[in-house]
Amino acid sequence: MKSRHKRLTLILGGLLLLVGATALVLSAFRENLVFFHTPSEVAEGKAPTGRTFRIGGMVEAGSIKREGVEVHFAVTDTARSIPVVYSGPLPDLFKEGKGAVVQGKLGTDGVFTASEVLAKHDENYMPPEAQHAIDQAQQTAKTLQQ
Amino acid sequence: MSTSESRFNLYHYAAPQAFYPVAGKLAPVFAVIALVLTTVGLWISFFKAPTDAVQGEVYRIIFIHVPAAWMSMFVFLVMAFWSAIGLAMNTRLSALMAQALAPTGAMFCFVALWTGALWGRPTWGAYWVWDARLTSQLLLLFLYLGYMALVAAIDDPRRRDKAGAILCLVGAVNVPIIYFSVKWWNTLHQGASVSLTKAPSMATIMLSGMLVMAFAAWAYTIAVALYRVRVLILERERHADWVRGELARLGEAN
Amino acid sequence: MIWESWNAFLEMGGAAQFVWGSYGVTVLLIVAELVLLRSRRVHSTRRLSRLIRAGQGRKLPEVQGS
Repeated sequence: MKSRHKRLTLILGGLLLLVGATALVLSAFRENLVFFHTPSEVAEGKAPTGRTFRIGGMVEAGSIKREGVEVHFAVTDTARSIPVVYSGPLPDLFKEGKGAVVQGKLGTDGVFTASEVLAKHDENYMPPEAQHAIDQAQQTAKTLQQ
Repeated sequence: MSTSESRFNLYHYAAPQAFYPVAGKLAPVFAVIALVLTTVGLWISFFKAPTDAVQGEVYRIIFIHVPAAWMSMFVFLVMAFWSAIGLAMNTRLSALMAQALAPTGAMFCFVALWTGALWGRPTWGAYWVWDARLTSQLLLLFLYLGYMALVAAIDDPRRRDKAGAILCLVGAVNVPIIYFSVKWWNTLHQGASVSLTKAPSMATIMLSGMLVMAFAAWAYTIAVALYRVRVLILERERHADWVRGELARLGEAN
Repeated sequence: MIWESWNAFLEMGGAAQFVWGSYGVTVLLIVAELVLLRSRRVHSTRRLSRLIRAGQGRKLPEVQGS
């Protein structure tokens, strides 16, 4: 009987822990439904100022500049663009023209000081040759349009 | 004649006593299928599928990550289905089916989270973020563990089945939330590469590797759940005479 | 063969710890599940047989297990 009680206490304790953890996860879920804001939202003043938040978009082509330990670049949603300054390790997939999510604070000068930079990749998977073919086709299309 | 016969059969196999030998015959078949599919799937994943243009070799995690994530969601839906049947028709077997599936679903759920973390670090730059997709998948793991703890905590079989079924049905709401989270909200997690509404955005050979691995996960889950439900049936029906006979037979075999 | 050598295969383009860490843990978990399932079956049948031999099968409490 004793071991039975012990087992039951253990399981009930586990259940209680799980309920607590679930509550925490749910609150995290609610807070992060908007995981990041777009540069347009930031420009319209919809993003929270004065506290840390995330901006998501594309790293603007030609915007990456390194100055010592600092990296300067701009995050854009093609409509608006926010300048970002960051010092720290960048993920391998962080590239111009690719998606990125930056976490940090917006300064009064309109420059976003990032404390963390994450790369956001798309759902396309293909061998390098296929990617090369697509790039070339796009290049040709562009030339034809001109 | 055929309809009355098939109906008779369906009800016949809904009885634990009748299902027990059927599960015993089917389980090894699915185990062999799982083994063959896993071998073929791993061969495609590592020796046929080319490297990815953007991510390099690390993308090969997809061949377990996606099948495991699909399986973890699908198993919970199947558990909810059996729970609904159990509540509506009062069949003993359906609750046992749900209980037999839970540990395997939880295992795949953990695998999806684990491989996702190891994939996220080199690509996104973080093991974990609290975006809607990852958070709702973590919640699914808690639902599995909560279901298993609840079922283990209640001694009375009828109350146990009922409580488990209700948790399953309520928790099943989370599954579409996981699936559509990448559409409904902005997340760090990318959208679906494979869905019913659009052409897959993957090279064919990569896609076939992933699908073979997904079928392997299906076969594995069915096999393990059938083996497990046999144990659950013996435990639940231990007062029945046929169980005594079966145990005697198993005792001789051991 | 898409790999130049076995070493290249094992190195996974520098992502060895992530790829093999994923596959390794998955294999471990599957093996663990199968071992646990087998031990549960063995314990369960032994216990049920014991109960029946003792002639108390109808009185003793429910079997619980992992």
